[in-house]
Amino acid sequence: MKLIGYVDKAAGLDATFAALADPTRRAILARLASGAASVMELAEPFEMSQPAISKHLKVLERAGLISRGTDAQRRPRKLEAKPLAEATEWLERYREFWEASFGRLDSLLSELKLSELKKTGLKSAAQNGAVIKNSSPKSRTIQMKTIKHNNRKPGHAGPGRQKK
Amino acid sequence: MQNFGKLEITTPSDREIAFTRSLDAPRQLVFDAWTKPELLKRWLYGPNGWSLVTCEVDLRAGGRYRYVWHHTNGNEMGMGGVYREVVPPERIVNTQLFDQDWTEGEAVGTLVLTEKDSKTTSVNTVLYATKQARDGALSTPMADGMEMGYVRMDEMFASLAKEAR
Repeated sequence: MKLIGYVDKAAGLDATFAALADPTRRAILARLASGAASVMELAEPFEMSQPAISKHLKVLERAGLISRGTDAQRRPRKLEAKPLAEATEWLERYREFWEASFGRLDSLLSELKLSELKKTGLKSAAQNGAVIKNSSPKSRTIQMKTIKHNNRKPGHAGPGRQKK
Repeated sequence: MQNFGKLEITTPSDREIAFTRSLDAPRQLVFDAWTKPELLKRWLYGPNGWSLVTCEVDLRAGGRYRYVWHHTNGNEMGMGGVYREVVPPERIVNTQLFDQDWTEGEAVGTLVLTEKDSKTTSVNTVLYATKQARDGALSTPMADGMEMGYVRMDEMFASLAKEAR
């Protein structure tokens, strides 16, 4: 049987993930990862009829995740590495972008918090009594919320502003 | 730091993908990091090798934004759109279109920041034009009702792909 070609990569990925959504099919793939097997061999570990297993195999075949060997008697199924590798690579890249970015955001935020803390300390000391001294991060936050984002002028740095 | 650093990807509806991430900072700072070009350039560029070279932000309803990333290998990636809602420091809705579009048109992004105990949860939801576009963007197994942690799934993919090689 021929593999379904990757005419449309997105559609291909869709089929791959749909095929992987079932635990029996994942178990079948795991079994095939250690070598080709006949339908009967594949059905063995599951409490399932051969027709039920055949249905799962069809889904996997349509997704291009497995193919049939040439042995007319056994028609062993074997794993097809390419779509699986593509699905993995693609998903990993997507995650990678956001995880790397958010990881950097963590560092940036702790840096910003630190400079804000310094600034607040200085400000409270300078403005003798004009501003209620906020020592807890929570009350500082409430104060920050009242500052309008769009109306900040350079030099008018409220608590939480970082000088450019 | 238990839950910090863990990115959660879910599919709230059949046209959406949501990225949820906890951040250890008050939301005004997180909002600034998401909206100020000089700050965005310092974090929003994915894996090493990339950099956010163009970052233009006109932060108001009807204003435009544009991001262009460069890779040291010469690759380039760009996207942009228009802000529909800007509510500092809690909410931004914008349209999103990649230069090399693979999503069948414009998507709509909604960023919601909520704060609790000086920590912020950032939820970034992308609504695609069609279910097909969403599935193309992220064919999540969750969309098919599979409840399996991404970490575990990645491991499974990695080991299956390795064994199959």
